[in-house]
Amino acid sequence: MSGPRLAAALAIAALVGAPFVPMGGMRQYVLHVAIQIFIWAFIGSAWSLMGRFGLVSLGHGAFLGVGAYTTVLLWNHFRLTPWLGGPAGVGLAVLVALVLGYPCFRFRVVGHYFGLVTLAVGEVVRLLIIAERDWTEGSLGLTLKTAGGDSLLAVQFADKRVFYYAALLVWLAGLWIWHRVDRSMARAALEAIGEDETAAASVGIHVTRFKLGITVASAALTAFGGALYAQYITYVNPDTLSGIGVSLKIVFAVVLGGMYSLLGPLIGTALTTALSEGLRIAFGLKFLGMAETIYGVLLIVFIIFLPAGIAGGARRLVGRRVAPVTASPA
Amino acid sequence: MDPIFLVEAAINGILLGGVLAVLALGLNLIFGVLDIVWIAYVDLVMLAMYAFYFMVQGHGWSVWVAGPATLVVGALLGIAVHLLIISPILTSAPINQLLATGGLLFFLQSFATFLWTTDHRSVRLSLPSVEIGGIFLPFTRVIPFAISILAMLALYLFLRHTYIGTAIRAVSQDRDAMALMGANPQRVYVVTSAVGGAMAGLAATLLSFQYSVHPFFGGQFGPLTFMICVLGGLGNMVGAFVASFVMSEIIAIGGVMFSTEMGYVIAFVVFIVVMFARPGGILARRE
Repeated sequence: MSGPRLAAALAIAALVGAPFVPMGGMRQYVLHVAIQIFIWAFIGSAWSLMGRFGLVSLGHGAFLGVGAYTTVLLWNHFRLTPWLGGPAGVGLAVLVALVLGYPCFRFRVVGHYFGLVTLAVGEVVRLLIIAERDWTEGSLGLTLKTAGGDSLLAVQFADKRVFYYAALLVWLAGLWIWHRVDRSMARAALEAIGEDETAAASVGIHVTRFKLGITVASAALTAFGGALYAQYITYVNPDTLSGIGVSLKIVFAVVLGGMYSLLGPLIGTALTTALSEGLRIAFGLKFLGMAETIYGVLLIVFIIFLPAGIAGGARRLVGRRVAPVTASPA
Repeated sequence: MDPIFLVEAAINGILLGGVLAVLALGLNLIFGVLDIVWIAYVDLVMLAMYAFYFMVQGHGWSVWVAGPATLVVGALLGIAVHLLIISPILTSAPINQLLATGGLLFFLQSFATFLWTTDHRSVRLSLPSVEIGGIFLPFTRVIPFAISILAMLALYLFLRHTYIGTAIRAVSQDRDAMALMGANPQRVYVVTSAVGGAMAGLAATLLSFQYSVHPFFGGQFGPLTFMICVLGGLGNMVGAFVASFVMSEIIAIGGVMFSTEMGYVIAFVVFIVVMFARPGGILARRE
């Protein structure tokens, strides 16, 4: 096995074995943090699928909310298992993506305008959830009805290790999809579209089809992530799962980590989670808002000085060191 | 439903539209010149509202002193944002510019939470209402409306009849040509940011008449303000003015007929649909 592959295999083995490392009373907490990081990194990867091609969506909360709420509502009101509710949520999110994406790409809504249209869609979903308070409980949020103990059918488990492995698997699947797109013809086509749409169309690239395809894929994965998160937290709230707030948080974690790198979303999510958890442990609730304050400053500083994110910056640093060696064939 | 409610809602819509127009024009002025959307614009308004609150409630200043002082605070904030955040990334990709001001949004919201907690604070001005034909018009809405119309008139005269105003309009028409003519765009940028910031300060004063301030105040009006700007055509001042009233009427009447949230939902859906039909804004000429 080559170097990077071996490293990847070792890292995955370490992650698989991690829950069995003796951690005393810390186990539940460590697992809880790890699960959140995996799920949000997966959602970040889903966002970056389209974000890296200049399709900057500021409304991924819409897909997240649709996925999470569909799953929870179907279970709470109709006792429909999340195994069917989840796909229903993903399907609905795909529908939203098509209804939004097709006219956007057909009429060439790009750049700022695309960002603001998606932002509006995210807000519409949030407000609709609040407005339909008769069965969504509005801004109070909705608690997932318990199945009474562990149940595979209801996807409810008291043991966090189940969710740890599920989240790990989902995150790895997300990486695999990202990698496949990275290695595909679609990447070349989408990059060309991102550079110059007219030029891309003139060499025979079907602009609308490619953009719609990547948007649908991104929306479906995001909705799936939302459904998984809802099953784990067992509570959904319109402000934390849809609207502008969470949409921007997804974008920022990815930008911080590096949106052009495979591990960028994980690095960004891990860093922001570690920051907020660390400050919460260090200061308790005394310094409410301090973690996000530092986070905001970091974001601004990063965008000014390291626009490719941590992963991208690190890679460039390594690249610079390696470059002279390969450049001089002695 | 009693038609009087609809009339009252329509009038309230117009009154709110005036204040929204101040917000939208401030943001749009900056966009027209710098080609950057300040996502955190309404969060600067939030900061200025806190300044107004502390001047009035904390130090007992008269509203007539605190108002202009808030304008100055807004202008200084605008200059600070430009020099610290915008000017290093003037030539970056548009998305990075958007995200940098988004980072500022996070920073302002959470720093305000850190400093002042999430309590709602209100200046609590008690002003009378006038009754015209069975409709109550509270002065807390009428006065801000009147001031906002005057302010927009002042902005218009400033852009039309002063030297620097002309320069601002010239830059928003063609940035590169302006530099070729030997003008210094940097100075125009700073002045524009100051004027945009002052508009934020003014909006903060006017909004303080009706709303209490809290760290997440920006979320209440932020998305709406961007949408008004885009609906009117980014950089198009007349368009933003018209769009403010269109959106505020939809929200006010939709709010009475269905619910507050549905009023916003209808407004946002109208925005999305208009974007598809007329991507350049409602007043744009068709290509």
